[in-house]
Amino acid sequence: MKLLFEGIDEPGLNTLPVYERRGGYEALRKALAMTPEETLSNLTDSEIRGRGGAGFPMGRKASFLPHGDMDKYLVCNADESEPGTFKDRELMQKNPHRLIEGIVITTWAAQINRAFIYIRGEYAHQADILEAAIAEAEAAGYVGENILGSGHSLKLVLHRGAGAYICGEETGLLDSLEGKRGNPRLKPPFPAIEGLYNGPTLINNVETLYTVPIIIRMGGKEYAKLGTSTSTGTKVVSVSGDVQKPGNYEIELGIPSRQLIYDLAGGPFEGREIKLWFPGGSSSPVLTKDDLDIPYDFDSMAKAGSMLGSGAVIVVDDTHRVLDIAYKVAKFYAHESCGKCVPCREGTNWTVKMLERIESGEATPMDLDIMASVQDQIIGNCLCVLGDAMAMPIGSMVEKFRDELEEEIEAARERAGAAAIEDVVPLGVADEYAGPLPVH
Amino acid sequence: MSPAIPVPRFGHGSRVPGWDEAVDLTKPPATVPDPATTPVPDELRAAIEAAMAKYPERRSAAIPALHAAQQVHGWCSPEAIDQVAAVMRVTPAYLSSVATFYDMFWTEPTPRNDVFVCTNISCSLRGADEFYEAMVAAAEGSDDVNVRSFECLGACDIAPMASVNGEYVGPLTTEDADRIVEDLHAGRPVLEHKQLRYRASADPGVAADSDPPGESAESEESSE
Repeated sequence: MKLLFEGIDEPGLNTLPVYERRGGYEALRKALAMTPEETLSNLTDSEIRGRGGAGFPMGRKASFLPHGDMDKYLVCNADESEPGTFKDRELMQKNPHRLIEGIVITTWAAQINRAFIYIRGEYAHQADILEAAIAEAEAAGYVGENILGSGHSLKLVLHRGAGAYICGEETGLLDSLEGKRGNPRLKPPFPAIEGLYNGPTLINNVETLYTVPIIIRMGGKEYAKLGTSTSTGTKVVSVSGDVQKPGNYEIELGIPSRQLIYDLAGGPFEGREIKLWFPGGSSSPVLTKDDLDIPYDFDSMAKAGSMLGSGAVIVVDDTHRVLDIAYKVAKFYAHESCGKCVPCREGTNWTVKMLERIESGEATPMDLDIMASVQDQIIGNCLCVLGDAMAMPIGSMVEKFRDELEEEIEAARERAGAAAIEDVVPLGVADEYAGPLPVH
Repeated sequence: MSPAIPVPRFGHGSRVPGWDEAVDLTKPPATVPDPATTPVPDELRAAIEAAMAKYPERRSAAIPALHAAQQVHGWCSPEAIDQVAAVMRVTPAYLSSVATFYDMFWTEPTPRNDVFVCTNISCSLRGADEFYEAMVAAAEGSDDVNVRSFECLGACDIAPMASVNGEYVGPLTTEDADRIVEDLHAGRPVLEHKQLRYRASADPGVAADSDPPGESAESEESSE
């Protein structure tokens, strides 16, 4: 059974006539026949958790918005930039009206009159499709003044970004939408109280809003029966990297990860084996081939020391070096750090330098401890989690693949003609300049 | 004791340039360019004003306005920034701060065609670094192709991939690099058989779930 991917490959689904023929905007009619409170309680009952990365219950987030006549805003976060994630792209490109319908229903539930879709600038084709769909929906009276005679009005604007990972962070996105550099803000106040233009703002991921019409159609309580008790519903998971059939797969949350990677995505190539995998984009701590039987849902992933994140599985097989993967990850975050908080700005750059040192043969195993301590000092010390998003996977790679990295260090030293490690660091003698002794 | 490592320093003693001069307080602060002396092409002015009308605050239009100006001028030149500033009634410095933050704004003159090669994790596992090198080699000698390695473009299902003037193509092999340059020069759609927009969903359940196109309308009617 497909809910999110229902008929997704039907030609012309991105146009209003085809979408309406498939029952489009019926959920909106159903929601408008209910009161906003009833609509909101459907969302709360569904227990759907945000699909953007943090996994916060969507209904609760919407209920944080103050009541009253002030200007409130809904922002749809379509700045999908987490490495390995491409689910929103396919959903927006093939079925944009479902997203618009979800936005209108959510604004009805939370009594919001202005909504923005912040789409990343690179998604030019998807932005064109959405813009055309919004125009169609406006002409048909699904968006605009007095929607379907309900008295509810909504102004919906598509905003194209210009290429910055940090704008996917909710407060960075708000600054960017206000026309500034996309620097994250201090929280609290949280966006639900003081967000866009200092008004109460609800921010949701594309996939979350896209699911809303399904929840309304099925009823919140019915939807909650899908998936596991704490991770309800279905989710589109992007599987990429060293698998035979990379792509987006819709699954019911809670299926074994092995089923996702092997049965759906075809598993690794002939004669190769999985070395490590990221369960939720490059920001999630890595898991190994021993973790393949963990159920794919929010809580099981958290229990395994990682996270479901945006639902992007990146598989790395045994033909690749952990060092290269760590370097790519660190390089990415160093490039995308906005520079506002020191631990992130410096920490990401130093991590890149330390990984380069390993490659050039200047490193000793002590560097791994220093690197791990740098990661510890980033986590929790910044306004947003971009720094943490590098620190967690790098920390987990140092922890889980320490032996391989130490071999790498030795081999690189040999290549560079450096002195053997025993001659440089006498075992048991702490070097006050090189940090703590390696812990074995 | 390890010997002190010499650090290169500027004449003023700092490792960072530009701290040796105090701000000149006698100079006028940055001002909004005078619309009377800043000619703006009509189309650009209309685009910026339309963007400003969409938001409760005009500053929100900074990114769309810079996109529009970049389209006209080819890059965010001082002239382009001045024009946007004059229409938006903000200082050029403010717009420069925005333009330098985002990866898709060029603050230097760049060739007309953009080829962004994704070299992030998923693509590099599939050979994106080799493709990037091939692409740089293929574009060498033509002055209208701007090859750049880019962070994840959100299309790991077609890894390794590139965005050619906004069109996503993949999966690419090193042979495709020359073809991309040829297609660009000939003004053809780039690698049309590899464009993402024509790709069907990978999920096997999708094909099983939906009726073949054409029949779906009939079956719905007959069931009613």
